[in-house]
Amino acid sequence: MNLTAVAAIYKFEMARTFRTLMQSIISPVISTSLYFVVFGAAIGSRIQEVDGISYGAFIVPGLIMLTLLQQSLTNAAFGIYFPKFTGTIYELLSAPISPIEIVLGYVGAAATKSIALGLIILATAALFVDLHIEHPVWMMLFLVLTAVTFAMFGFIIGIWADGFEKLQIVPLLIVTPLAFLGGSFYSIKMLPEFWQDVSLVNPVVYLISGFRWAFYGTSDVSIALSLGMTLVFLAAPLAAVTYIFKTGWRLKS
Amino acid sequence: MPVFPTAPAILTVSGVSKTYEGGFQALKSVDLEIARGEIFALLGPNGAGKTTLISIICGIVNLSTGQVTVDGHDIGRDYRAARSKIGLVPQELTTDAFESVWDTVSFSRGLFGKTKNPAHIEKVLRDLSLWEKRDNKIMTLSGGMKRRVLIAKALSHEPELLFLDEPTAGVDVALRREMWEVVRKLRDVGVTIILTTHYIEEAEMMADRIGVISRGELILVEDKTELMRKLGHKELILHLQEPLAAIPPGFSDYDLSLSAQGHSLTYSYDTNAERTGIASLMRRLAEEGIRFRDISTKQSTLEEIFVNLVEERA
Ligand SMILES: Nc1ncnc2c1ncn2[C@@H]1O[C@H](COP(=O)(O)OP(=O)(O)OP(=O)(O)O)[C@@H](O)[C@H]1O
Ligand SMILES: [Mg+2]
Repeated sequence: MNLTAVAAIYKFEMARTFRTLMQSIISPVISTSLYFVVFGAAIGSRIQEVDGISYGAFIVPGLIMLTLLQQSLTNAAFGIYFPKFTGTIYELLSAPISPIEIVLGYVGAAATKSIALGLIILATAALFVDLHIEHPVWMMLFLVLTAVTFAMFGFIIGIWADGFEKLQIVPLLIVTPLAFLGGSFYSIKMLPEFWQDVSLVNPVVYLISGFRWAFYGTSDVSIALSLGMTLVFLAAPLAAVTYIFKTGWRLKS
Repeated sequence: MPVFPTAPAILTVSGVSKTYEGGFQALKSVDLEIARGEIFALLGPNGAGKTTLISIICGIVNLSTGQVTVDGHDIGRDYRAARSKIGLVPQELTTDAFESVWDTVSFSRGLFGKTKNPAHIEKVLRDLSLWEKRDNKIMTLSGGMKRRVLIAKALSHEPELLFLDEPTAGVDVALRREMWEVVRKLRDVGVTIILTTHYIEEAEMMADRIGVISRGELILVEDKTELMRKLGHKELILHLQEPLAAIPPGFSDYDLSLSAQGHSLTYSYDTNAERTGIASLMRRLAEEGIRFRDISTKQSTLEEIFVNLVEERA
């Protein structure tokens, strides 16, 4: 294991993050505050409690997940797309490092950043609503697993993309809708039965449900199922990444 | 014909061919052995396959057939050991933009799994006249400086085998001299160097051996001095006192030509031939009463040899 290389990539990526620290932090903080103003205060005041939790508090886990998914995905995607775009990828390809090490460096850095943002949003949310977290360890576990999983998806998108449009299209067209329809702002139990069944096809439902359970002890699907599905989602991109490096797909001609 | 017949090969390329997606065959069964410690120049016109060959060895392009070993390590099965010995300076100026010179060079060392060594990085930067610029962002550097940053990155992890793909493109004359000084120093400490260049005098000046690649085929690999001797023609130029209207009859045995309105008579001869024919030519000229003010000789340069070779093939 070339841990020095993993550390070098991680440090490089984190330096990239710190160069744009202000915009990295400010935009999610502002958008979260807006969600609270719109959904929490304006609309939430007219919505009854969901599962015995005030609506403002109920949407906190979903809001964090929403940002976590988007940030992990786009960060990792940009992280690997950029060297491909500028050509500096030659150095990664010619270095004595294994695919796993490259993934660890990029995905680790992207996940770190999005987890940090998730925690910042959590802190922002605490300014608006009364928060209590029933299972903090599980909360962190879901946070980390989700961040890593979506950073891996992002990494694959970054390798697949051959233009900036493709880089943006997946988060925009797939992940954001899945997150919104996955129960960020509602419990899927509020849906008609047919749509509840349809929702179960959406992977994000399990992530949000599990995450919300860690906060309030209530969930849409069982916690074991949430965890199991999260691990499945982790395995899928792992397999894809292994294949990509084995064949050099989109990386080597 | 290796220069150092006793030294084990640091690089072995056998039967390597490359067909790019779309079907273009860029390399056709290339065989090459590089001895440890030599400077090898790979010459060839645009699109000949130089960069493709280097990219395969370094792990950037997949080979279609064949095998490559670096110091005995297969580049596929044993890529870690193989790659850790290699430094690559790519042809394209591909650098980060926002990182500082120091950071990007240190990053390269880290990627290759080497522990931090600020003293080494400092030496590399000083050798390449980049020390003053160590804290500058790369995007604020000139093209020639960026090229040197790429060289510094390749040297950061102390490679045993260094590839320089047109390292002096866009570098000014003074700095080019300095860079060759750096290359010589590297060779002196035992680094093997493979370079490509379109400045043939550079290859002539630096290389121990020369390989010529044309349309994906390695058409020649030869010791440089041997090559110059073998393929080199020499010319003897006589600057005449009285111009000649034509070459006098009776000189048809000699390869003569007139130039400068009949003021210069040029005799081309093969340096390999047992008799150059100079003495007899001189005698004949004296008999004919042709006098000359001055004589000079000219040896064909590597450039001329190279152009002839490639044109023969075309
Ligand atoms: N990724 C690629 N896909 C398809 N063809 C390629 C690719 N890369 C190179 N080629 C083709 O392979 C041939 C050899 O290219 P290569 O870059 O190896 O040439 P070169 O000898 O380095 O030339 P130059 O002196 O211009 O740098 C060219 O015809 C080129 O068009
Ligand atoms: Mg080239």
